[in-house]
Amino acid sequence: MGSLLTRYRSLSFLLLLLLAQLILVAYQVKTSQDVRLLRLWTVGSVTPMARLLDSLNARASLFVKDYFLLVGVRQQNRRLVSEADRLKMENQFLRSELATADRARTLGLFQARTPSRTVAARVISTGAGATPKVVFVDRGSTAGVRAGMAVINADGVVGKVTAAYPAAAQVLLITDPNFAAGVISARNRVQGTLKGVSSSTCKVDYLQNEEKVDVGEWFYTSGEDRIFPRGLPVGQVKSVASGATFKEVMLSPSGVTRGLEEVLIVLEGVHQTLSEAEAAQPGSAPLLPVPPDEQPQAPVAVPGSSAPVVGTDADRLVDQYRKAAESRGRGYGDTPLPAKTPPVKP
Amino acid sequence: MNDSGAVLTVGSHGKKKLSRIRPWVMLVTPLVAILFQVYVPLYIPLLQHLELPLLVTLYFGIARRSPIGGALIGAGIGLVQDSLSYQPIGILGIVKTLIGYTAASLGVRLDTGHQAVRFTLGALFFLVHQLLYGALRQVLLGAPSGLDLLPTLAAALANGVVAIPLFYLLDRLKEDR
Repeated sequence: MGSLLTRYRSLSFLLLLLLAQLILVAYQVKTSQDVRLLRLWTVGSVTPMARLLDSLNARASLFVKDYFLLVGVRQQNRRLVSEADRLKMENQFLRSELATADRARTLGLFQARTPSRTVAARVISTGAGATPKVVFVDRGSTAGVRAGMAVINADGVVGKVTAAYPAAAQVLLITDPNFAAGVISARNRVQGTLKGVSSSTCKVDYLQNEEKVDVGEWFYTSGEDRIFPRGLPVGQVKSVASGATFKEVMLSPSGVTRGLEEVLIVLEGVHQTLSEAEAAQPGSAPLLPVPPDEQPQAPVAVPGSSAPVVGTDADRLVDQYRKAAESRGRGYGDTPLPAKTPPVKP
Repeated sequence: MNDSGAVLTVGSHGKKKLSRIRPWVMLVTPLVAILFQVYVPLYIPLLQHLELPLLVTLYFGIARRSPIGGALIGAGIGLVQDSLSYQPIGILGIVKTLIGYTAASLGVRLDTGHQAVRFTLGALFFLVHQLLYGALRQVLLGAPSGLDLLPTLAAALANGVVAIPLFYLLDRLKEDR
């Protein structure tokens, strides 16, 4: 045995190395635990360099722009852009003043909503691999970022935080096949689960073939996943086709189409409360509560009865029949069956 | 090939020379390749298909011609890549271990100084890398392989093309003995 190992030294070493890594993978899959120390070391050594590169790149481009390209024109352009922005805002304000009652109602709804608490972060590097679907941002646990938090930008949903390190955080992008979020369509109000696919598209899964989805229709977060607050734009439908079991709806995600530079991490979502799940998983972001219109209905109290009726449709129907029977002076279920059932025609 | 890292190479004019990869090159090159992979695609998304860590593994494998060394370098680079990705650590490690070992075994048998050979190796090993990676993801994790045939073939060609100047540059960093 010993001589065999010596003879095939390289092959034995290769098999040993592969076996060790297989055991490592199996351990992580089986226990759903991460080798956090290794990740911490790697991210801790790579992200400072990426940050340095980013800073050098920004300084170099600024230097080139400021000293080699028409300094005056650049300043003038900056002033004009800010003036245009100010005028746009004024215009927007005047338009909103003249808006209809519908607009006022919408604004009222917006005002009634508590805005989510967010922190701005800059994308400093992408994940490794030939087609990375993760990015690293320059805000970590020291800024209050935790795994499981939603990541958005002005255009829509970007992804979610999968790991938070002291000075950086890993964000799983919406286009990754492992990403999932509850979504709802704007026009037809159909609900499904958003999943990433390998290219720069996403699909909405678990939609019945009978449900109506139009091309060009917008999908928003439904809040069902209790990570993304309800109402964030997700993307526009690119194609719809009937599948074997479910409808095949492909989306063009709005949050990642224009490239990623700066994002917002939702530290505290709308209507967020501390839940038991948070206590069970320290270090992870707490889940948002169920969206308001999805809250289970309060039990219906039956007059003359101490026990409330459980709020399902069947129970309410039984309750309705019971009341009808009582109004006729009979107990529910007292009606005798017909003595003879009519013969069935062949 | 011996363990000190000295290799006998045949130059373009058929002259044989003994050269050695400098230790700092062995350390810095994989780090630069990984930094390139995680940083540059932010600005040029097309470059995300460039697998520089794979090409570096390939180069060190065929240059050192030590299967054990090649497997170790591959495992190291792969594990660092795994740490920066959203998947269990070890998947890319296994793939690159196999690549490093195979490249070193081939390096003994092939004239890897020829540019056509380098292009072919770069393209072929990229395909093998992607296939192995997709298969392992599917078998071990039950995740979709995410392999698109045409983009993968195009990326393989691009990696083959990049392998030529990269290997030339790394050749220049060797020290003659």
